[in-house]
Amino acid sequence: MEQAPSTGRRTFLHELVVGAVAVAATGPIVLLSSSRSRAAADLPKANGKEYAFVVDVSKCIGCGYCVDACAIENNVPKGSIRTWVERYIATDEGVHVDAIDKAGERPAPPPARVQQDAKWEAFIPKLCNHCENAPCVQVCPVGATFTAPGGFVLVDPEHCIGCGYCIQACPYGVRFFNPETRIADKCTWCYHRVAKGLEPACVTVCPTQARRFGDRNDPADPVGQIYKSDNWQTLKPEMHSDSRVLYLGLPREVI
Amino acid sequence: MLPEGALNNYIFPNNVHIDWSLMIVLYPYITGLVAGAFVVSALYHVFKVKELETFSRFALVASFCFGLFAALPLMFHLGQPLRAFNIFFTPHTTSAMSIFGYVYSSYMILVMVELWLVYRKFFIEKAQTTRGLQRLIWKALALGVTQTSPGSLRLDQGLIALLAGIGIPWAFVLHGYVGFIFGSVKANAWWATPLQPIIFLMSAIVSGIAMLMLMYSFIRWRSGRPYDFVAMRRLMDYLWGLFILDVTFESLEIVYMFYEHGHHWAVVGPLLQGKLFGSYVIGQMLVLSGLPLLLLGYVVLFDVTDRRFFRIANFAALSIVLQVLLMRFNVVIGGQMISKSDRGYVDFHFEWFAREGVIPALIILAAPFVTYWVISRFLPIFSDDTISTSNKGGQ
Repeated sequence: MEQAPSTGRRTFLHELVVGAVAVAATGPIVLLSSSRSRAAADLPKANGKEYAFVVDVSKCIGCGYCVDACAIENNVPKGSIRTWVERYIATDEGVHVDAIDKAGERPAPPPARVQQDAKWEAFIPKLCNHCENAPCVQVCPVGATFTAPGGFVLVDPEHCIGCGYCIQACPYGVRFFNPETRIADKCTWCYHRVAKGLEPACVTVCPTQARRFGDRNDPADPVGQIYKSDNWQTLKPEMHSDSRVLYLGLPREVI
Repeated sequence: MLPEGALNNYIFPNNVHIDWSLMIVLYPYITGLVAGAFVVSALYHVFKVKELETFSRFALVASFCFGLFAALPLMFHLGQPLRAFNIFFTPHTTSAMSIFGYVYSSYMILVMVELWLVYRKFFIEKAQTTRGLQRLIWKALALGVTQTSPGSLRLDQGLIALLAGIGIPWAFVLHGYVGFIFGSVKANAWWATPLQPIIFLMSAIVSGIAMLMLMYSFIRWRSGRPYDFVAMRRLMDYLWGLFILDVTFESLEIVYMFYEHGHHWAVVGPLLQGKLFGSYVIGQMLVLSGLPLLLLGYVVLFDVTDRRFFRIANFAALSIVLQVLLMRFNVVIGGQMISKSDRGYVDFHFEWFAREGVIPALIILAAPFVTYWVISRFLPIFSDDTISTSNKGGQ
């Protein structure tokens, strides 16, 4: 009678240890492989395309239609923005910067002194750079931010925990915390439209083709030709994030 | 004052709000107290600093109490708190944050096991001397084992020393790691420095020691029992030396940035001369670093009466716990004040009752102390505590 519990306990402990070792050995492998592949696996293939986005600074007239179209297309909540257009006015004293950063609104005229001393003025559209070496993808603790085939950097709304580390890590300030969905949010290059063969909303409405989108590996695609010309710039190149948004004629003052 | 030749304060539209707020200030603060308190406990168990025996068990209990609430601010902060455990289930290992769950929980397990070993004899004594439901609870705490032998108690002591030994590097990993989470963000000029983990670690240790000093003084004063001045003086020796190192590293970061005069200083310089001037330059560095350095130097180097030592050392300890809290604020909030536009600075507004407001922050900050108070009702923490069943606690 006295032996039974002790044997039972020993067997129990033995099985506990064996079970714990088995779980410890196999668990992380299963978990890691699932977190890596889960989000990208459900997406359609890009058929070998590598997308890039071209912003031609000399063509942007600062109309702000892109800002409005994006907000409507993507239900961007008020107070946040997925794409905006900055206005740079350079003077001998320094640089004045403001932006079209709210759908339906336009910035007030710059101060009279800035207008008077202006040497040049430029409009700089900003959006997610869909970096090849994206800091946001690197830092996401659960793999909810990932790079999809074709080069889209996306957020999996089912898995984002809303920690905000990606928002801190993005050097370009394009990410925001969506107060309605309570997860990280940003420009997707209108992935849902591209998947149907359409262009991103901002590209569609741009009246001057200052924004273009296409396959950077396709020699017949204007974006492919620009990419090949190697005469483009990116924002904050010192971040080494390998941006896929290519700027033409980017003034050096732009950050 | 604005950086990069800016004529106006231009902030990127998504940088208008400071996303990591008071909860993310509290998280490294409480984690630091955990690590710091543990180090004090280990000084006795591992490094055999005999004078600190009084503090060893007390420090371990305090470390446990802080540890229980270290991750709570993160839960309050998450946009999707119900998905918090995804960090365990689907860790994305390229992320500095992804293994925090494992580091933190393994550390807590270590602290709990060590605490259990320290109190095992007491649990058994209680299980033997109580009846009914109480006996059941004490027996459960003793994991059903109601017998001890000199051999098993020797083994307990060996295991305690072993766990404390493992716990020191692990506490360093825990808090150095918190520093790494900030220090590795290249997009933020105020955070991105390899010194960050060292700074976080040093400040963690000093905040833990200073907080223990304050708690010990308060507890003994409230209960009217004598102070162990030998232990307190030894603790202040350590605090002074470590705080010198802490302030050196904190200053080094700034001196280096300033002398280098690169991109980092271009945006950090105006921040320190502007929005952070009061809280960083005056608060953190001049007043709350300068005062304790001088005061602790005085009580350590000169022959000071117990009464004077008690007052000055506690004032210095209070200054240090505030210095470290302010340091966490200046790092976490200060870093986000620099807009990614590099041409503007963001305002921070305190909220009171919001989820990440001042009131919830104060409640979370108070929780470890309340927990300590509850635990101290049931467990003997100091050798002269009266709840013990035997004459000499359980140690």
